Amino acid sequence: MCLAVPVKIVSLSKDRYTAVVDAGGVRREANVAMIEEPQVGDYILLHAGFAIQKWSTDDVKEYNEIIQRRENSSE
Amino acid sequence: MNVDKLIESISNKSDRIGRKVNLMEVCGTHTMAAFRSGIRTRLPQQVRLLSGPGCPVCVTSDRYIDHAIELAMTENRIITTFGDMMRVPGSRGSLSLAKARGKDIRVIYSPQQALVAARKNPGREVVFLGVGFETTTPLVAWTIQNAFSQKIPNYSVLCAHKTIMPAMRALCDSDDVRVDGFLCPGHVSVITGAEIYQPLCREYHAPCVIAGFEPEDILLSIDMLLNQIISGEASVEIQYTRSVTTEGNKLAQDCVNDVFEPCDVPWRGMGVIPSSGLSVRSSYKGYDAELKFPDIRVNEVKRDTGCRCGDVLRAVITPSECGLFKKECTPDNPIGPCMVSSEGTCAAYYRYSRIDE
Amino acid sequence: MNRKIITSAHGGGGTATKEIIDIAREYLGNPALDQLGDSALLDLDGTGIAFTTDSYVIDPIFFPGGDIGKIAVCGTVNDIAMEGAKPLYMSLSLILEEGLEFELLERVIASVASAAREAGVLVVTGDTKVVEHGRAGGGLFINTAAVGRRYEGCDTSVSNAAPGDLVVVTGTIGDHGVTIINEREELELESGLKSDVAALNTLVEELLTSVPGIKSLRDPTRGGLAAALCDIAGASKAGIEIEEVKIKVKREVKAACDLLGFDPLNIANEGKAVIVCSEDSADEVLKICRDNEFGRESVLIGSVVSEHPETVVLRTTMGGKRIVDMPRGENLPRIC
Repeated sequence: MCLAVPVKIVSLSKDRYTAVVDAGGVRREANVAMIEEPQVGDYILLHAGFAIQKWSTDDVKEYNEIIQRRENSSE
Repeated sequence: MNVDKLIESISNKSDRIGRKVNLMEVCGTHTMAAFRSGIRTRLPQQVRLLSGPGCPVCVTSDRYIDHAIELAMTENRIITTFGDMMRVPGSRGSLSLAKARGKDIRVIYSPQQALVAARKNPGREVVFLGVGFETTTPLVAWTIQNAFSQKIPNYSVLCAHKTIMPAMRALCDSDDVRVDGFLCPGHVSVITGAEIYQPLCREYHAPCVIAGFEPEDILLSIDMLLNQIISGEASVEIQYTRSVTTEGNKLAQDCVNDVFEPCDVPWRGMGVIPSSGLSVRSSYKGYDAELKFPDIRVNEVKRDTGCRCGDVLRAVITPSECGLFKKECTPDNPIGPCMVSSEGTCAAYYRYSRIDE
Repeated sequence: MNRKIITSAHGGGGTATKEIIDIAREYLGNPALDQLGDSALLDLDGTGIAFTTDSYVIDPIFFPGGDIGKIAVCGTVNDIAMEGAKPLYMSLSLILEEGLEFELLERVIASVASAAREAGVLVVTGDTKVVEHGRAGGGLFINTAAVGRRYEGCDTSVSNAAPGDLVVVTGTIGDHGVTIINEREELELESGLKSDVAALNTLVEELLTSVPGIKSLRDPTRGGLAAALCDIAGASKAGIEIEEVKIKVKREVKAACDLLGFDPLNIANEGKAVIVCSEDSADEVLKICRDNEFGRESVLIGSVVSEHPETVVLRTTMGGKRIVDMPRGENLPRIC
């Protein structure tokens, strides 16, 4: 019941709760009010236009490994 | 771990257990992911994935759709909704049909767009259809807080939000189906934290693994559940460590607690489940569409269509065991929400696997 | 109480649209119409011709990668080409909204001219009507008709696929539909998303005049690749198996689909073709396609089989299987 995708914060606005995020080359505004101290460069989980969780660099690494392993095994 | 190795591990464990094992993936998004990725066709016969009631659209009553359509009937109102709700049949048609008849019903991607619509249309009332579990509720709560602090008077929410744990308890309490373990909803858990499932282990000895949504996550979670079954233990494990913590998202939880309070609500096919729903607190009553528009009177209409969505949601039957499945009830002519919802169990069976099962 | 009405689902191209087609057949049915091809195949005193009509109601009328004028030409030309004919002449019928700026109208017509020139077709007749403000979508609607001469000895009907044949797609899928949905539904995605709208008649001509083994052609417009494959499987009463790993989706299209909950297989394309060909002609087909500017990313995605007739099955990247079902209704963004 929950479509959410990992995206990267590419800019933050002054009001502190709006960010622009990038997912695979597609950008959108996102509401980051429910993330503690969001920074540009952070990866967050986006659900219906809102960030619901921050990912650490290890989390991003784990995710990329899953995707990479999938791509390797299908070649 | 690679997929083939995971499948092998699961098969070996299934052999060791030596009997049929029912694992319930509560969340509709898990149902869809399992079907779409094709992993279901690679699982051993003895490991059965049952779909549960974690489809917010499926468990929403006819009355809610009827209410939403009635609200749309008044000229000055704009109804905003997630796309998931548009084609769900109420007792007198769907939101999609009402839109075809000229009512102002708009599909949005984010609840924030509903607030924007309210700002852009000051002379008109904007109602947002608040449907969804714990993943979505904080977002809607935030829009209400924001509307309150920005003094936006023409915004309100028709709330049908629910919480998943009471339904999981109700499933454990029921005699209809034996569940050997739960694949817990990954994104709900991002908000709530992993702790909420502890009662299922303590009181019902049900193994719980909080699963991510990549097919590899689901397979690993199944493997972890089988481990627990073999060892005879029952605990809450987090497979989806990328996103889920024990405490969850405090900011989101605070937002929800500020705006909403628990209430008893009916779940389609499961009756009233105590404290499983949310309603807008009196401090924000100006944003509660149920209170704001008292002129709307909608009765619960009992339709005897033969639909067995309720039994499907509780995993008492699979869609194939419903007499209407593939005959009168198809995605083109859905009788119940399990067939029309983007993640309804019946829709999933029909669309992805009707030759196998 | 409630009389049956047309809803947006009826524009979806699936079984809802069929309800409308059934009414048309009831009143109008004749052998040519009953083929229900993208174009009608007719015999005019010994000359085989293809005749088609289309309407374009796309909103917004200008979008990344094209506009309503370009799509009116390309879509019409492709309908003729997919039926195995060389498009020659077309009509251009404009339904204009009061309030539409002349500058926009001229831009659209210039675009029609440019696309027609590139495709090598002549616009030979037209019409204009004006309707009240608000009654023509993004400002104007376009209706077209076209005629073409059938290539000798060619039959590209969707019912020709047979077990053993192979399935080729001429490039990436989902580009057009995702671009339009983003623009129209104000999903507010910023990206390099672009429609793939293109006229494929020169590519089709090369294929049909060089390769004898072309069995079926279909452009995967409304309903996407899924609908095109389901049509072929259904009409041919054969099964189709495709490999997920072979299907090409642009990175941005995939990202947009992930965000919105769409399946690229179900999303419209306006510059791609699905080609079913005999096994021994596949290499030649791929070579010709990849040499063409609109087919550079052509790829073999699967085959026609005797198992599970009339059903399309996808072998997933997980090594599992699932059915590819006929898409229904519109693609709406979802949260679940």
